[in-house]
Amino acid sequence: MTNPHHDDTAPAVRDEAAAPARAETFENPGLPPHVPRRADVDPKAAKRAEIQVVVLFTLSALASIAFVVAYFAIDQDLKGYLLGIGEINLYHLAIGLTMGVSLLGIGLGAIHWAKTLMPDEEVVEQRHPQASTEEDRLVVGQTLSHGWRSSQLNRRSALLGSAGGALGLFALPLVLPVVAGLGPRPQGLYTTNWAEGTLLRIDPSGAAIRAGDVTQGSVFHVMPDGWVGHEAVEEHGAEAAMVAKAKDQVILVRLDPSLIKSQKQREWGYEGIVAYSKVCTHVGCPVALYEQQTHHLLCPCHQSTFDMTDDCNVIFGPAKRPLPQLPITVDGDGYIVAAGGFREPVGPSFWERERPGLLGVE
Amino acid sequence: MTTHVPQGADHLRTDESPPERPVSQTDQSSPDAAFPRALVWSDERVGTAKGLRFALKKVFPDHWSFLLGEIAMYSMIIALITGTFLTLWYVPSMGHVVYDGDYVPLKGVGMSEAYASTLHISFEVKGGLLIRQLHHWSALFFIVGIALHAARVFFTGAFRKPRELNWVIGVVLSLLAIIEGFAGYSLPDDLLSGTGIRAMNGFMMSAPVIGTWMTFFVFGGEFPGEAIIPRLYIAHVLLIPAILVGLFVLHLALVVIHKHTQYPGPGRTNDNVVGFPIMPVYAAKAGGFFFVVFGITALVSALVQINGVWVYGPYDPTQVTAGSQPDFYMWFSDGALRLLPGWLEVNLFDTVWSFNIFLGSLVLLPLVWVVMGAYPFVEAWVTGDKREHHILQRPRNAPTRTAVGAAAISMYLVLALACVNDILAIKLGLSINDLTILFRTMFFVLPVLVFFVTKRLCLSLQRHDRERVLHGNETGRIVRTPEGRFFEAHEPLDEYERWALVDYDTPTPLGLTQGPDVDGRGVARRRSPLAGVQAAVSSFFYKDAVRAVTPEELAAAHHHGGEHEALEAPGVPQLGAPVNDSTGDDDFSDSHGSSVQAPSGHR
Repeated sequence: MTNPHHDDTAPAVRDEAAAPARAETFENPGLPPHVPRRADVDPKAAKRAEIQVVVLFTLSALASIAFVVAYFAIDQDLKGYLLGIGEINLYHLAIGLTMGVSLLGIGLGAIHWAKTLMPDEEVVEQRHPQASTEEDRLVVGQTLSHGWRSSQLNRRSALLGSAGGALGLFALPLVLPVVAGLGPRPQGLYTTNWAEGTLLRIDPSGAAIRAGDVTQGSVFHVMPDGWVGHEAVEEHGAEAAMVAKAKDQVILVRLDPSLIKSQKQREWGYEGIVAYSKVCTHVGCPVALYEQQTHHLLCPCHQSTFDMTDDCNVIFGPAKRPLPQLPITVDGDGYIVAAGGFREPVGPSFWERERPGLLGVE
Repeated sequence: MTTHVPQGADHLRTDESPPERPVSQTDQSSPDAAFPRALVWSDERVGTAKGLRFALKKVFPDHWSFLLGEIAMYSMIIALITGTFLTLWYVPSMGHVVYDGDYVPLKGVGMSEAYASTLHISFEVKGGLLIRQLHHWSALFFIVGIALHAARVFFTGAFRKPRELNWVIGVVLSLLAIIEGFAGYSLPDDLLSGTGIRAMNGFMMSAPVIGTWMTFFVFGGEFPGEAIIPRLYIAHVLLIPAILVGLFVLHLALVVIHKHTQYPGPGRTNDNVVGFPIMPVYAAKAGGFFFVVFGITALVSALVQINGVWVYGPYDPTQVTAGSQPDFYMWFSDGALRLLPGWLEVNLFDTVWSFNIFLGSLVLLPLVWVVMGAYPFVEAWVTGDKREHHILQRPRNAPTRTAVGAAAISMYLVLALACVNDILAIKLGLSINDLTILFRTMFFVLPVLVFFVTKRLCLSLQRHDRERVLHGNETGRIVRTPEGRFFEAHEPLDEYERWALVDYDTPTPLGLTQGPDVDGRGVARRRSPLAGVQAAVSSFFYKDAVRAVTPEELAAAHHHGGEHEALEAPGVPQLGAPVNDSTGDDDFSDSHGSSVQAPSGHR
C-alpha cells in the first residue's frame, strides 16, 4: 500500500469522476454531538465567567483613565531603574503599560466572553461552485459580441487601429516628465575633489598632517583641503559637502616600508605612508575597520577584507576590486599633499566604469 | 386633475403579509425582534438589511492557524494609525540644521531636518517615543504575521484552486510590505538607516546597462543628494500604502467570495463551511483579537526599545558602526550580498558585470517573489489537479510540497543568518571567514538535507496516522493474557477522530493516469512536448505517498486474528508498528473485550 503508483486501480486525479471512486473510503460521520461547556450547565460557572469578563473590561477602563493621569502628571524626563531592563524612562513606561492594559482588557474580555458565554455550537454554511452557470457565460459572450459588432469594430479596422494607437501613447505625456525629470544624467563618477597639491586634512579636526608626525601604525581619516567640517557646509552647501564626504574620504596609514609588497604602492606613498580611498568597492560603505596587527582593512557592512600591505587587494568577502590608491607626497613645509587625483573611479562598481565614453565622459 | 404619485418603492411591494421568521434550533432572538428603526433610513437608500443579512451570518471556521493572517491585518492597521501620528511632526527633508533640542549629547551637531525631527518626536513630543516604538514594532509584527500566514497557506495547500489569485495578491502584498518597511526604516536618516541607503545605492549601481542611470534618477544625482528622503517619504506614506490597502481589501473580498478554507474534520466537506457565524461569536473573537494584538504591541513598545536612533547619530557617509544590520526582513538579501564571492564580478567588452552584487539584491528579491507567486500554477501543472479545494491538507499529507517548502525556508534562513555573520562570529568566538564559508556551503547542502528529512518525517507521520486508525490509540495499559503473554491495550478511535485522519486523497502520478504511449492499434499518441517532463515531475511529487486507510483495511485489521491482528500489506511491514516480543503462537484471541486490540505479531 505504500507504493500506490504500482496500483493500476488507483483513482486518477485527472479523472473528473474521481469522486465516485471514494465510495471505498469512509463515510463522513457528520458533526460530532455538542459537548456542553461548564458555563452551559452550571449557573455558578456562568456567573463566574461573567464576573471575569466584567473585571477585564473594568481593568481596561481604569487603565485608560490611568493613561490620562500619567500623561499629564508624570514628568516626561523621569528616569527610573527597572529590574531586568535597566534604566528606563518612567513616563514612557507608564503611558505604554496603561495603554497596553487598556487594550488588552477589552481584547481578552471579549474573547473570554465569546468562549464561555456565547454559543459554541458550530453552524454549517453551504458552498457553491465558484464558476458561473453556462447561461451566465453565454449571455456575457453574446453581450461582448454585440458590443464588438454594434460598435462596428468587426468591419472598420481603422477604428480599432487608431484607438489602440491613441490609447497606447496617451500615457507618454504623463509619464515622460515624471521619469525624465527625476534626475540628471550620470556625472561626477570619475572625479573627486583630489588634485595635485591638495592638502590632506584630518576629518573632522581639519589639521594638516606633517609626514614626520605620522608614527608607524597610526591611522587617519582624511578629507581634501576645503572640504572639512562645518566650514565645508558653509562654503559649498550641505549637499555638496555630503557628496564630497561620500566620495573623497581617504584613509591614511603608515606602514613599515619593508612590509609593502607592491612597487606601485610604495612609489605612490611617502616613506611607508599610504593613502587609499575609504569607499568600499562593493556597495560603497566606508571601510572603517583597520586591524593594526594584520594590516587588514575590513568593511563592516559586508566584510570585504583588503590587504593594506598588498595594494589593498581583496583577500576575502564580496568585493572584487582593490581600493583605489591616492598618490601622495610632501610639500615644501613637510605636509602631506596629494601628488595627483585618483587614477580610477572610487566607490562601487558600475556598468560604464571602464568605458567613460558610454556616459559621455572623456 | 390629481395623479397618484408612487412614494419611493412602495408600489413594488404587493405582498402585504409579513415575512415568515426563519426558524432555527439555535436561534435565541427575541420573539418581537425587528429591523432597527435607526437603520431604516439607510436601508431605503442602500439596502442595508440585505448586506447585513449576508454579512452577519457569514461562517468562519475556527483554528489557531487562521489567526496568523489576522495578526498581519491588525498590525497593518496599527501601523497606519501610528504612522499618521508621526507625519504630524516628521519633516521629510535632508536640509541641514544644527541640533538644538533636548537630547544633550547631540547638541550642536549638524544633521538633516529629517533626523532632527525624529529626535524631536522621540524626546519632546509627549508620547512621541511610544508611538514611534509602536510604529516600528507593529511594522515588524506585520511582516512576521505575513510570513507565518503565508507559510500556513502554503503548507496546508490553501493556495490551490480556486484561491491561486488570492495567493498571488498575498505574494505581492508581502513584497510591498518589505519595501514599505525598508522605505520607512530609511526615513529617520540616522547613521544606521543611511548606511542602508548607501548599500541600496551600491546595488542599484550594479545593474547592467541601466544601473548608473537608474541610480541617478532615483537619488536625483550623486549619492547621497537631497532627494532620496523626500522621495522615500512619499512612497512610504502615500504610494505604497495606497496600493497595499487596495490589494488588502481585494485580498479580504476574495476570502468572502471563496469562503474560508477548513481543516478536515467530522461534518466538514468540500461543499460546506463549518464554524461560527460573525454574529456574535466571530465579531467578539476577531474584534477582541484586534485589541489583543494592539495591546501586546503596546506592552512590547513600552518595555523593549527598538531603533533608538539617537544612539547612532546623524548619517555621515564617512562613518559606519560595526555590526550594521538592516531590519530582519532584509536580512536574507543583505546576507546574500555577504556570501556572494567577489570573483563573480567580471568585465565583458570593458563593461562591468557585478554578479556578486546584483544576484543578491536586484535579482534575488524579484526571483523569490516570482517563484512564490508561480508556485500554485506549477503545482497544478505537476499534479494535473483541476478540482476546487476547500478542505485543507495537513502538511504531512502533501509530503513533497511540505519538504519543498521546508527546504526553501532553510535556504532563506541560511541567507538571513549570513547577514548576522559578524555578530555570530563575535558571540560564538568563531572566525568570520570560516562562518562565511560555512554559510556558502550550507546554502547548497542544507536544502537537500532538509528536503529528505522533512519528506521522511511526513511519511512517518502518515504511517503513524494509519497505525492509529488501524489499531487505535495506545493506552499505556499492559494486559496479560491467560497464556502469560503481555501486550499493550489499544483503544480504537471513534468515527469522528478517525475521519480527520482518513479524509485525504492520495493522487497517482500523471504518467500512470495518462495511459500508454501508444493506443490500441500501436499508433503513438499525440503528446505535448513537455508531457515527459510533466510526468517525471509528477512522479517525483507523488510517488512515495502513503494512502489513507480504507474501510476494508480497517475491517480486515479488526477481523484478522479476531480483533487482535492488524492487516499488513504483504511484505511491507508498517513502520512504527508495535512490536510483540513473545514467541509463542499468536492464537490467543477471543479472551477479552473487543475494545482492546493486541498489536500485530512479527512472524
